[in-house]
Amino acid sequence: MKIGLYPGCSFEGSAREYAESLHAIAPRLGLELEEIEGWNCCGASSAHVMDRKLSLALPASILARAEQRKINEMVVPCAACFNRLASTKVELGQSEAIRQEITALLEMPYAGTTAVRNILEVLVTVLTPEVLKSFPDTFPHKVVCYYGCLLVRPKSVAHEERIEDPTQMDELMKRIGAKPLEWAMKTECCGASFSITRTDIVGRLSGRILEDATERGAEAIIVACPMCHSNLDMRRKDIEHTTGKKFTIPILYITQAIGIALGLTPTQLGLQRHFVPAALEGKSKVQPKPPVGVKVAV
Amino acid sequence: MSRVGVFVCHCGENIGSTVDCEKVSKTCASIPGVACSVDYKYMCSDPGQNLIRAAIKENNLTGVVVAACSPRMHEPTFRKTCAAVGLNPYMCEMANLREQCSWVHTGSDATTEKAIDLVSMMVEKVKRNKPLYSIKVPVTRTALVIGGGIAGIQAALDIANAGQKVVLVEREASIGGHMSQLSETFPTLDCSQCILTPRMVEVAQSPNITLYTYSEVESLTGFIGNFTARIRKKARGIDEKACTGCGDCSTACPIKKNPSEFNVGLGMRSAIYIPFPQAVPNKPVIDRARCSYYLRGKCQFCVTKCPANAIRLEQEDELIDISVGSVVVSTGFNVVDTSFFPEYGYGKYKDVISGLQFERLLSASGPTLGEVKRPSDGQVPKKIVFIACAGSRDPAKGIEYCSKICCMYTAKHAMLYKHKVHDGDAYVFYMDIRAGGKGYDEFVRRAIEEDDVNYVRGRVSRVYERKGKLVVRGVDTLLGAQQMEIEADMVVLATAGVANAGAEELAQKLHVSYDSHHFFAEAHPKLRPVETNTAGIFLAGACQSPKDIPDSVSQASAAASKVLGMFSSDELTREPVIAVVNRSAPPVYSTCVGCFMCQSACPFQAIERDEIKARDGRVIKTVAKVNPGLCQGCGTCVAFCRSKSIDLQGFSNEQVYAEVMELMS
Amino acid sequence: MFVGLFSLGSLMSITNNVDAMLAEMAQDEIGVSVNRCYQCGKCSAGCPAANEMDFAPSVVMRLLQTRTAASDTKVLGSYSIWLCLACHTCDVRCPMEVELPKVMEALRAESMRRKMVHPRARDIVAFHKSFVDVIRRFGRMWELGLVAEYKIRTRHFWKDVVLAPMMLKRGKLALIPSYHKKLASGVFHDVGGNAERSK
Repeated sequence: MKIGLYPGCSFEGSAREYAESLHAIAPRLGLELEEIEGWNCCGASSAHVMDRKLSLALPASILARAEQRKINEMVVPCAACFNRLASTKVELGQSEAIRQEITALLEMPYAGTTAVRNILEVLVTVLTPEVLKSFPDTFPHKVVCYYGCLLVRPKSVAHEERIEDPTQMDELMKRIGAKPLEWAMKTECCGASFSITRTDIVGRLSGRILEDATERGAEAIIVACPMCHSNLDMRRKDIEHTTGKKFTIPILYITQAIGIALGLTPTQLGLQRHFVPAALEGKSKVQPKPPVGVKVAV
Repeated sequence: MSRVGVFVCHCGENIGSTVDCEKVSKTCASIPGVACSVDYKYMCSDPGQNLIRAAIKENNLTGVVVAACSPRMHEPTFRKTCAAVGLNPYMCEMANLREQCSWVHTGSDATTEKAIDLVSMMVEKVKRNKPLYSIKVPVTRTALVIGGGIAGIQAALDIANAGQKVVLVEREASIGGHMSQLSETFPTLDCSQCILTPRMVEVAQSPNITLYTYSEVESLTGFIGNFTARIRKKARGIDEKACTGCGDCSTACPIKKNPSEFNVGLGMRSAIYIPFPQAVPNKPVIDRARCSYYLRGKCQFCVTKCPANAIRLEQEDELIDISVGSVVVSTGFNVVDTSFFPEYGYGKYKDVISGLQFERLLSASGPTLGEVKRPSDGQVPKKIVFIACAGSRDPAKGIEYCSKICCMYTAKHAMLYKHKVHDGDAYVFYMDIRAGGKGYDEFVRRAIEEDDVNYVRGRVSRVYERKGKLVVRGVDTLLGAQQMEIEADMVVLATAGVANAGAEELAQKLHVSYDSHHFFAEAHPKLRPVETNTAGIFLAGACQSPKDIPDSVSQASAAASKVLGMFSSDELTREPVIAVVNRSAPPVYSTCVGCFMCQSACPFQAIERDEIKARDGRVIKTVAKVNPGLCQGCGTCVAFCRSKSIDLQGFSNEQVYAEVMELMS
Repeated sequence: MFVGLFSLGSLMSITNNVDAMLAEMAQDEIGVSVNRCYQCGKCSAGCPAANEMDFAPSVVMRLLQTRTAASDTKVLGSYSIWLCLACHTCDVRCPMEVELPKVMEALRAESMRRKMVHPRARDIVAFHKSFVDVIRRFGRMWELGLVAEYKIRTRHFWKDVVLAPMMLKRGKLALIPSYHKKLASGVFHDVGGNAERSK
């Protein structure tokens, strides 16, 4: 499956392991990713706070660029970027006046023809039974899937009906042999962009997430958003400081979990870049052969 | 030659202070065709009416124009006056000088001129009036009541006890409806079954009521006084006459794990079952979708065990045609279930239940025999959160209306819970308290003041499960929107009332209007709450909108009185202001070309096809014919008719044109 | 990059027509009718940041509904509008479909425009301004630049100081930005509360 890729700023920085694991598993899943040349930052939360026009112009510029390169469909692994791109597409599609205003600022034409996909729906499409048969390992662990806010809200950008209890990530984990557990924090906010300015809020909100996951007996929290990963992983010490509790549960990107089931090494998947060690192993599907000469009861 | 009398009323100061009534009557005296013209202070009073009667006799009047208030006010009055002295009442018309003149203008010459115009227009019309005679329609004195809940039961009993015949059709295997599922009723905390079951038995035993349960109305044709209903009596699989209701069949049935509809999924029943112990009729029914015999051809334990040999596995549906004169629709309502709420768990938490399910827990005949227990583990909950307005008043969920009964039953639930579990804690999250009935507000205050139910003003954002408890995230808006988190053992949602399943299909079968929520439409929200726009079909109860038991019973009795009014004579009298398709001598027979645009335009299905036949039976022409029993005289067909073949009696084309031409001259 | 520091925020804003109440502005500019809110509190109940706010979200709506200058002042000078995480939890649960995140966004813009930002929120505004500065300069994020500018704006020099070397060790911190073709200048034209109210 050939698809455009909007990496987003974090792919080169704080979410480097997300990029590494995605590029590592893509060829094995038949995914050919074409990075949109000359992409700019989507504006994330900051443009959104500072100026409405800016918050629309930055994503529109990306979409316009993709159109110029004849990219019909693009996957956006970062949930925040996905939300900005999808929201912008909806807004410009709903109001001709806004569309004209924004495209005038861009000095680029914009038709709104590129489809914006999040990582979960693309993975659900490519992780077919045939592809799964080729997987050498499985990921036999109890996990909880954390969707966060931006993959499921507002309703106009959500690609799932069940926004209060989404299932796409859980479905993906089941397919690779994991046991996704029922838990309460699937779509609760982690603290978002307050990582630097109000770290205590991140501490409290992310702390709730870690606590629930740990209580339910999960061995890892699976995420698909660099900001959530950063809050839950990089900010672990701050969380422990705010809550006064210790948490050891690792945070894995969905692409890393799939990579483990594909038999890739931790380094290939960037697991060493985490702040909280992720010592989870895959399990080989192949049974070890008995030594020659030994009879085995059938 | 016309001899029209003009009678101008001052209506005290109402018309007199703005319009120069004397001038109007003097001017109109010189209109050609007017034989006499007078004015008087109060035309509708006794002396006023006497004035009219005397004038009719003295002047041999052929028509009367009363220039006064609105016809809606006094047309019947003046028409009776005319009829009393032998003038056909439809030769009397009113010119509205009040609502359409004096009440909307200030006193001036122009106003008086307008009044003169209005009267002269009406004179021109009356000159072209023809005498009309009321239409008589025969009446079959049997009522069909659809739906056997409390409203249907009340209507059936009222009609039957007045000596008329009733056929009561109920879709479920027993009558009783939702009221039979309730434990106690507000505001008196009467035991619901105790007050309902005597009525149910009365219905079964009444000689005037024919009861068809496990039956549905397949079709309804005809018109007021003369309907034909086809009833489908679904196959119970039982010979009702032979069956004694002993229940051995249910005990013997090996397929026991079917969610009980009566217990709203909280308990189980067998494949052959009696819905509840007090069911009327107290006979079982076989659920063919689950019975081994129908699925796999096996079992038949019930047949073996039945001491009365009453099981009839090969029984088929029966179609019964009946003639009825009127219909009362009382099909009731339902409540949404917990899966309707994404933020409260999509229905996956066993201890998040609906108000109706909580009723079953409270009920002595329920799955827990009246003890409040958690469906998940059977423990007694020590803390219950009741959430009011769950789905109601919620445009985001598609239900913008208030379901009316939830504030009251939530208070009731909280009180009954506290009565049963003395050390329990009850919280009610509400937005407003709607307790407008007699004794209703006092009832809610009792819950707050005597039973210590914690009422918190605010809504609940989310409910989720954690370590066997339900975490409720609410808010107290009276404390400045302070967040509240409660760990409850059970959450009861006061779920929204909605139209019953199949309401739309039934409304279409009966040709009854319904709204976007599939509640049946009344003819006028204030003044005709139990009538529909379809003549002869009445409404009662929650099928019209969610309501409580007193209101349902009131409406049922009101509908019954309408039916009894209809049945009070052998024939029904209807106003002759109806449309008529012209007929003339052969070879024309009628200018109607048979396009039947009128038939598709008619909102009341009052136009039929009439075949004009020669003596040998050959059809010469098919023309439109108006059914005088159904036509409401709206005139839509007249506007549609391209060949001007249909006209409205009392408002004919000629009459209306004459009025317009008079105004223009 | 440091040029950016002074280009935003130090511009004098021309005070706009303050006769219009915020409620009317909400209707005219973003199409949200504050009259629809029936104060049920569901937004406040689910808001992750509500307990830090001076006015909970439903109270902010109530203040707008009163249509008084005093309430409008309270709202624009509140900390609440800056604590909003834009998580949209309120939005998806509101029974009257009031788009509260849009309202918050408009209130933030107006608060900056009228220079009424709550003192505790200055750090938050500084962060976002720094972010936008970096994008304006480089077209893409450069975390080191962002943090540096933020620290200069806020004087929180010691914040997260241990984090930087840990990020570097894990290869998550780029020392130099990836320079990228700039966006059209018009894109950044009136960011930060200039005179013209953006529609």
